[in-house]
Amino acid sequence: MTEETFEPKIVAFLCNWCSYRAADLAGTARIKYQPNIRMIRVMCSGRVDPDFVLKALALGADGVMIAGCHPGECHYLEQNYKAMRRFSMLKHALRQFGVEDERVRLQWASAAEGVQLAAAINDMIDKVRALGPLNWPAKWSENGRVEAAIERIPEEHAEAMEVPA
Amino acid sequence: MSAKKETKPAEKAKLALYWAASCGGCEIAVLGIDDKILQVADAFDIVLWPVAIDAKVRSIEKMDDQSIDLCLFNGAIRTSEQEYMARLLRQKSKVLVAFGSCAHEGCIPGLGNVANREQIFQVAYHDTPSTVNPDGIIPQEETEMPEGSLYLPLFYDTVKTLDQTVPVDYYLPGCPPEPERIWDALVAILENKLPAPGSVIGAETTVCDTCPRTRNEKKITEFKRTWEIIPDPDVCLLEQGLVCCGIATRAGCGALCPTVGSPCIGCYGPNAGVTDFGARMMSALASVIDSQDPAEIDRIISEGIPDPIGSFYRFSLAHGELRRLVANGNGKVQDPALETA
Amino acid sequence: MNRISIDPITRLEGHGKIDIFLDGKGEVANAYLQVPELRGFERFCVGRPAEYMPNITNRICGVCPEAHHMASTKALDALFHVDPPPTAKKLRELFYSIFFATDHTTHFYALGGPDFVMGPDAPVAERNILGVIAKVGMDIAGKVLKMRHDGHHLIKMIGGRPVHPNWGLPGGVSRGITEEQRAEIEALGRDAIEFAKFSLQLFNDIVLGNPAYVDLIKNDAFVSHTYNMGTVDENNHVNFYDGMIRIVGPDGKEQAKYHAKDYLDHIEERVEPWSYLKFPYLKEVGWNGFVDGIDSGVYKATPLSRLNAADGMATPLAQAEYERMYETLGGKPVDHTLATHWARLIELLYATEHWVELATDPEITGTDYRTLPTETPDEGVGCVEAPRGTLTHHYWTDERGILTKVNLIVGTTNNNAAINMSVKKAAQGLIKPGVEIKEGLLNTIEMAYRAYDPCMACATHTLPGQMPLEVTIRDEDGEVIETLSKNI
Repeated sequence: MTEETFEPKIVAFLCNWCSYRAADLAGTARIKYQPNIRMIRVMCSGRVDPDFVLKALALGADGVMIAGCHPGECHYLEQNYKAMRRFSMLKHALRQFGVEDERVRLQWASAAEGVQLAAAINDMIDKVRALGPLNWPAKWSENGRVEAAIERIPEEHAEAMEVPA
Repeated sequence: MSAKKETKPAEKAKLALYWAASCGGCEIAVLGIDDKILQVADAFDIVLWPVAIDAKVRSIEKMDDQSIDLCLFNGAIRTSEQEYMARLLRQKSKVLVAFGSCAHEGCIPGLGNVANREQIFQVAYHDTPSTVNPDGIIPQEETEMPEGSLYLPLFYDTVKTLDQTVPVDYYLPGCPPEPERIWDALVAILENKLPAPGSVIGAETTVCDTCPRTRNEKKITEFKRTWEIIPDPDVCLLEQGLVCCGIATRAGCGALCPTVGSPCIGCYGPNAGVTDFGARMMSALASVIDSQDPAEIDRIISEGIPDPIGSFYRFSLAHGELRRLVANGNGKVQDPALETA
Repeated sequence: MNRISIDPITRLEGHGKIDIFLDGKGEVANAYLQVPELRGFERFCVGRPAEYMPNITNRICGVCPEAHHMASTKALDALFHVDPPPTAKKLRELFYSIFFATDHTTHFYALGGPDFVMGPDAPVAERNILGVIAKVGMDIAGKVLKMRHDGHHLIKMIGGRPVHPNWGLPGGVSRGITEEQRAEIEALGRDAIEFAKFSLQLFNDIVLGNPAYVDLIKNDAFVSHTYNMGTVDENNHVNFYDGMIRIVGPDGKEQAKYHAKDYLDHIEERVEPWSYLKFPYLKEVGWNGFVDGIDSGVYKATPLSRLNAADGMATPLAQAEYERMYETLGGKPVDHTLATHWARLIELLYATEHWVELATDPEITGTDYRTLPTETPDEGVGCVEAPRGTLTHHYWTDERGILTKVNLIVGTTNNNAAINMSVKKAAQGLIKPGVEIKEGLLNTIEMAYRAYDPCMACATHTLPGQMPLEVTIRDEDGEVIETLSKNI
């Protein structure tokens, strides 16, 4: 896939009570946003384990969005604050891993904010498109050198003479 | 050991112990079972154990497939020779155990995944102040000497765990596994009382459960470095602001480090059901930060944990979801050989 | 040319292979000991908080993690410009003496010892601790097991874990010891002294009492006239924990004596394309190739080197043995590489005597085991004697104590050039036209390597099956068809 035709894949975790309903609202109100986002509904943004984000990136996502209720409005009272803290910790680590800030985003959206959520989604997709593909699994490939090196080993062993016990 | 109808002396089972990118600590831990080693020697013929026995690789190459009953393989995989040995021993062994943290998660050699081959060679063979290398020599896979060729294995860019290289039957966690856990595992293997293939042979709770310190409520307003305080000897170390990995680490050691006043560093890896140790640490620590202000949260984290990879992925970087970091962070795929430091 | 390959070399810590090339006449043209592994500590430690280093560098070697832990902790003291209180220093040195005694024990009985005791070309199945026990008796097995058990038990008691302790901090250690612990440490120390004396007696009887082994020790194939390096205290006595580095030439004269932090003025490392391990040499003398002699910068840092570089031992029993060794072998310096095994046992005796000295020091149970650093960290060097050579850790950090640069010169690295030379010389001395090349001959060449590298603790592998054992064989219906037993 060339750079010009790169279309990012964004995975999003939306909480059941606010942000997922905002996405529903965008749908019923026919507010357009780009199709690059795949949404997964969770009961609360506090459900989102950093492992979900890391796994999505490791499996080929170019970006991850976490969306939840505004601080103070969480259906489960305070768990979006946990999401906020986990997000801060995760971003701190991701910077060190070399994942750009724009690729992982925390977005608050109330159930009434269909327009705002759509705008945030479009904004994120545009930014990730500009960054290019993440293609994380390629980072641990050895560029094809391994098999040849391993095949050489028995050949190297065979160069030495057999020595009796 | 096999059961046969004819009376025939029971042939000893064959045991191999091998080390890849490791430190030798797992060998010492095996010896830590003290006189029980006699029972191991009675049950097994040890066909490979470079630290102790003069058997050579050639003798293993000549063995039949699956003729080694049990192979305890410690060490991570970061050269072609180590991968060759992993494949060879997988082929020749009935049961292959990823023994210790290096084989299980990558352990300290896995920290090499903050860099790549070129960067490691640059420091080791050029940059360190005692190195004098005006001709820029670096180790080569093949060197022509007057007498013949000398070979070195390929040094990989990325450290792999054993199960990222060959199928693994069981894992024994710990850096190293404590001798008591090693003996428990050997007994389980000999008595065939093992969990499902692919399992970790270990406890299903965290170090906290076995820690002698008193635990109350965790509300952290600041993380401290270990040299900044002399902690209270009886109270939970995390509650005192030290980053203690006991909350995310599988039990088995008996909380030895907190017992002598040092925070747990996570060497037994994640608890059952967790794949990414670092993610679990991040989640758990974030939960106990006592603030709801985003700016303050950021400050507590960035000041108190200057090195998230070193703190959260000290032993598990190679086994985490992301496995390694990239130097320049623009996300573009690059030939690692072209990456600059 | 014909090539002989010894792969892997065995009964030591770490990976290595030896390639020996024979010319058309059957003479050894050259021999190389390649180290095919590298992990990259000097690179991947950059970016880590400095206080993580005692736990990270532990994992450089799981046989002597205590050595790295200690060098690292001392480097942190220097980095943070903090001086530990007296109790902390004594505790560290006590811990270190216990470790040294344990490590030297296992090397002699399981790694180097079998060659000496069984003979270098004994069958592979016997050429290990199993054969040693059969030869010298089951009593020894119990003593060796006890010594190793006691040593690791105390390492765990003091430092947290039997392998990879977690105890060292800038300015001290994480915990002191109680009086009850001290009493146990003292009692086990006294046992250890007896064990060390016993080991030297054993060496005397089995090795020095056998003319064939004495010939092997004195054989020119195993002689190497290089510089010798070791750490000495203010009386020029061997000290493992602290002191100044002293280098003595093949002529017996002092070439240099310096503080560890000035090591860069004295040591340089070169790179060969055929090994991942670098080759240190003395800067002032310079590199002149893989040769020995006073004009070559090649040096050794081994137990024998430490004794050669010092004027004596700091404890009375060890001092008597020191004098006896030099008298027997014709004065200082001793250049017979295989005599390193003897030197190692003398160090074992010193370690146990010093262990009891420190365990009975009134300050050892003090509660002042930490001083908190107050200064900004920048740069620091920490150095100790590891059992297999002088060990140097050098850290640079930013003002937060995050590492920006790391340099490590690890014990065996010091000896890399000398080891290669010893292997080549042994090969040339033992492989001649007309001599049949058998596995036992190759093992004799391997002895040239083993004398250098004691960092292996595997003493109790395959003790002979004297444990009572009963095996019941059942058929598929669960009926017992045979019962076998041994020693019941």
